[in-house]
Amino acid sequence: MTDTNSNQLIRLSAARLAQKLAAREITSVEVVQAHLDRIAAVDGGDRGVHAFLHVNAEEALAVAAEVDAIRAAGGAAAEELHELAGVPIAVKDLIVTVGQPTTAGSKILEGWHSPYDATVVQRLRAARMPILGKTNLDEFAMGSSTEHSAYGPTRNPWDLDRIPGGSGGGSAAAVAAFEAPLALGTDTGGSIRQPGAVTGTVGVKPTYGSVSRYGAIAMASSLDQIGPVSRTVLDSALLHQVIGGHDPFDSTSLPDPLGDLVAAARLGNVDGMKIGIVKELHGEGYQAGVENRFNEALELLKEAGAEIVEVSCPNFQYALGAYYLIMPSEASSNLAKFDGVRYGLRVLPEEPPLTIERVMGATRAAGFGDEVKRRIILGTYALSAGYYDAYYGSAQKVRTLIQRDFEAAFAKADVLISPTAPTTAFKLGEKLDDPLAMYLNDVATIPANMAGVPGLSLPGGLADEDGLPVGIQLLAPAREDSRLYRVGAVLESLLEAKWGGPILDRAPELTASPVVEPVETLVDAQEAK
Amino acid sequence: MSTDATLSFEEAMEKYDPVLGFEVHVELNTKTKMFSSAPNVFGDQPNTNVNEVDLGMPGVLPVLNKTAVESSIKIGLALNCKIAEACRFARKNYFYPDTPKNFQTSQYDEPIAYDGYLDIELSDGTVFRVEIERAHMEEDAGKLTHLGGSAGRIQGADYSLVDYNRAGVPLVEIVTKPIEGAGSRAPELAKAYVAAVREIVKNLGVSDAKMERGNVRCDANVSLRPHGRERFGIRSETKNVNSLRAVEHAVRYEIQRHAAVLDSGEPVIQETRHWHEDTRTTTSGRAKSDADDYRYFPEPDLVPVVASRAWVEELRATLPEPPAARRKRLQSDWGYSDLEFRDVVNAGVMDEIEETIAAGATASVARKWWMGEIVGRAKNADVDPGQLGVEPATIVELNKMVEAGKINNKMASEVLDGVLAGEGTPAEIVEKRGLAVVSDDGPLLEAIDAALAAQPDVADKIRGGKVQAIGAIVGGVMKATRGQADAGRVRELILEKLGVNA
Repeated sequence: MTDTNSNQLIRLSAARLAQKLAAREITSVEVVQAHLDRIAAVDGGDRGVHAFLHVNAEEALAVAAEVDAIRAAGGAAAEELHELAGVPIAVKDLIVTVGQPTTAGSKILEGWHSPYDATVVQRLRAARMPILGKTNLDEFAMGSSTEHSAYGPTRNPWDLDRIPGGSGGGSAAAVAAFEAPLALGTDTGGSIRQPGAVTGTVGVKPTYGSVSRYGAIAMASSLDQIGPVSRTVLDSALLHQVIGGHDPFDSTSLPDPLGDLVAAARLGNVDGMKIGIVKELHGEGYQAGVENRFNEALELLKEAGAEIVEVSCPNFQYALGAYYLIMPSEASSNLAKFDGVRYGLRVLPEEPPLTIERVMGATRAAGFGDEVKRRIILGTYALSAGYYDAYYGSAQKVRTLIQRDFEAAFAKADVLISPTAPTTAFKLGEKLDDPLAMYLNDVATIPANMAGVPGLSLPGGLADEDGLPVGIQLLAPAREDSRLYRVGAVLESLLEAKWGGPILDRAPELTASPVVEPVETLVDAQEAK
Repeated sequence: MSTDATLSFEEAMEKYDPVLGFEVHVELNTKTKMFSSAPNVFGDQPNTNVNEVDLGMPGVLPVLNKTAVESSIKIGLALNCKIAEACRFARKNYFYPDTPKNFQTSQYDEPIAYDGYLDIELSDGTVFRVEIERAHMEEDAGKLTHLGGSAGRIQGADYSLVDYNRAGVPLVEIVTKPIEGAGSRAPELAKAYVAAVREIVKNLGVSDAKMERGNVRCDANVSLRPHGRERFGIRSETKNVNSLRAVEHAVRYEIQRHAAVLDSGEPVIQETRHWHEDTRTTTSGRAKSDADDYRYFPEPDLVPVVASRAWVEELRATLPEPPAARRKRLQSDWGYSDLEFRDVVNAGVMDEIEETIAAGATASVARKWWMGEIVGRAKNADVDPGQLGVEPATIVELNKMVEAGKINNKMASEVLDGVLAGEGTPAEIVEKRGLAVVSDDGPLLEAIDAALAAQPDVADKIRGGKVQAIGAIVGGVMKATRGQADAGRVRELILEKLGVNA
């Protein structure tokens, strides 16, 4: 395998890789090795992307070899292989995996190995997709920049001094830097879509309940959703079909499957579809370059035969405030289990007495970072007797109003459209000391979580002022995820035509680290941090 | 441990009017736990009946046990409650190592069953209605064992062991409304109420209902107010009163203690009290105040429980005969008089008699043994009769021996003592202790000759027709045979020997 070949392999979409594997033009071992080499070349070192917290080379290669052997043997077993068999994937380190550590980006879980696989991981294994490793994230998925990871930030492949978004910056950066063709993320308020926007990748938050949450370490149970990260809309649809569907281990899992998402992505027209601009989700507060790309997307859709309408969702202005009551409330309770009693970090207090309360306190004080503590404190306060009605109770009412806004909007439009994030990627450290500025990154993505509806972000081009990727968000009614793939794929091809190729082709070449470290050493170095 | 002052019960009753309230926790006997597929089994090796859900591992989610919901609805129906069409679980947040998630998943303001009642028959036959506020579903916590330090309490312990086998076991908590007007019968009512709840859940088959195993656990609330005042006094909550007798004693003690506190002019402290079976007193536990903040909120990982009316009616149709109807039937089947049957119920041995009859005894034999032999022994041992450990089969075996003339009633009673002392089966004890009615006349005739020779004057009296004097000779024979002779046969032989026709 030549470098050129390897370089071509890593730039292929998952759909193309799947075709070539099925045709036996390439082997899964080659594909996995190419990605492992890329990880070794660009992920480590002081100026590395640092998308991965753990690289799972041995197991990924073993799974790839199995797939290759099955294909080589032919017959029924080869025929029954899943379409994506042998196509590698990276998994956000919030999702538990047997055989690899799961840290949630936190010191409190350092070195912990899950005794069970998340449902989505079981489904990846059933499809024989090699898992390349676990990707970086803001601690417990709390953040919009991946700077809150206890293991150091991930860098944006477009500009290594900028943030890759968050919380799923690791998954988005891995895909943007061609370290993986696919990744899994989780989205509570925008953690899949906002990183997609700022890294020029595709990210989907499915309808709440359409992908099992079993094995995703919970931040806010009523908002969390696992979803696909990829470089093309079709690839996300393919991955969504692998991980979706009912799961008896998740009570909030929807009983019926969604429609054929891949077919929707391949449909190729938006004739007569009504696409609604959400008045409240653009304009003031949005960067000019973001606004320009957004308007161009509208023009392209109109030219392709869609009808553009304007809708108003007046209660969206309260979404961010209500979100920052509901999310920390649920998180304060979900994170109570991290107490040093049964697993993970245990810290003994420096001074006696050695009581259980003091061990729990010392463990949590040492194990959680500032942002996690901030949200636990907020949530504990919001749920306290005497404040519950004013905070948590009112926030739930706002949630109902947001759902009604969506209902009214979807009565007028099949799909809603907005910029995914108000700005392009900001500099590392820029908003670290200003939590409110950080929270504002999710202003356009949060309403979908509050209502449980699906959302997709795709690259809409580059902003004029800084040349960085801009994300376009599509929203659909609950269970109508297929509409996102239908419109998303059409818009994607129109934009590629306009820009003369995929947006990611315009990303600067990442130079290999001065010293190409073997993967194992890289992993050790990261774990030692 | 300081002892609290108490007033005599009579004096307390003269001055004050007790108000009661009960929270009874019933462990359901479902195959698996409330929210996980781990087995719901008592007594196994610690931490073997657990999976990642019970241990609160990162990423796990609860799935509600449908059988537990059915059992809860059945309990609600048997308590004459309304069944909520839809209800939710909540999270009760508190940090304690017996709760793996550091919150308990419990119903809070939306119980599955509410607004019911239970009619309780007291020993004199009067019926007292206890109003049920609610019956809600929740999960049990794990079991902590504190080692080193003092008396198994967490304070001062060197370390603690946690067994999560019990964590996630399904519970139904039955909460009464305040019970007023019981007066001096409050302790009796307390015991009768808990007995009735236990009987219901056992009868429904939804719980093993063994109080000694913690299947049914009672927290008893007691407050006093001066006669004629409407406003309730401040209550104490006595935790883990885990036998029927203890319920009665704990309520009585708390009434006496509260009365002394009120008499002293001090306010009663709203607190948790711990019951001590050995001293039959309570001691102060945790002060309970409005500062306890469990930060309840609806459990977002579970969807609401929807109980369609059709489902509820389906379950209602499966309910067994209610206890009151069952009592009527049993009394008529057994042919007991009203008084006999009430005594049986008050002694708490109705189920035991039913089991003994099922094992092959007649109704009168079963009653004779339980009421005549076992209830008295239980009283002496200070336990409920059912807890003595007498198997129905033992009674049947003993009775067969008596009827076959192998042993007499006095010996049978002795054998029962042996069984209770763990000496073996009745047959083994008869053998070991050398107990058997002497039926060979040879040794008896020798003993009779000796007794007659020892009391010639008595022998003469009998010959002279004073047959009632025979008792002295029979007594002598019995003494000589260490009670193993059949007294009737001895009498026959004596009369034969003396040539007297009785």
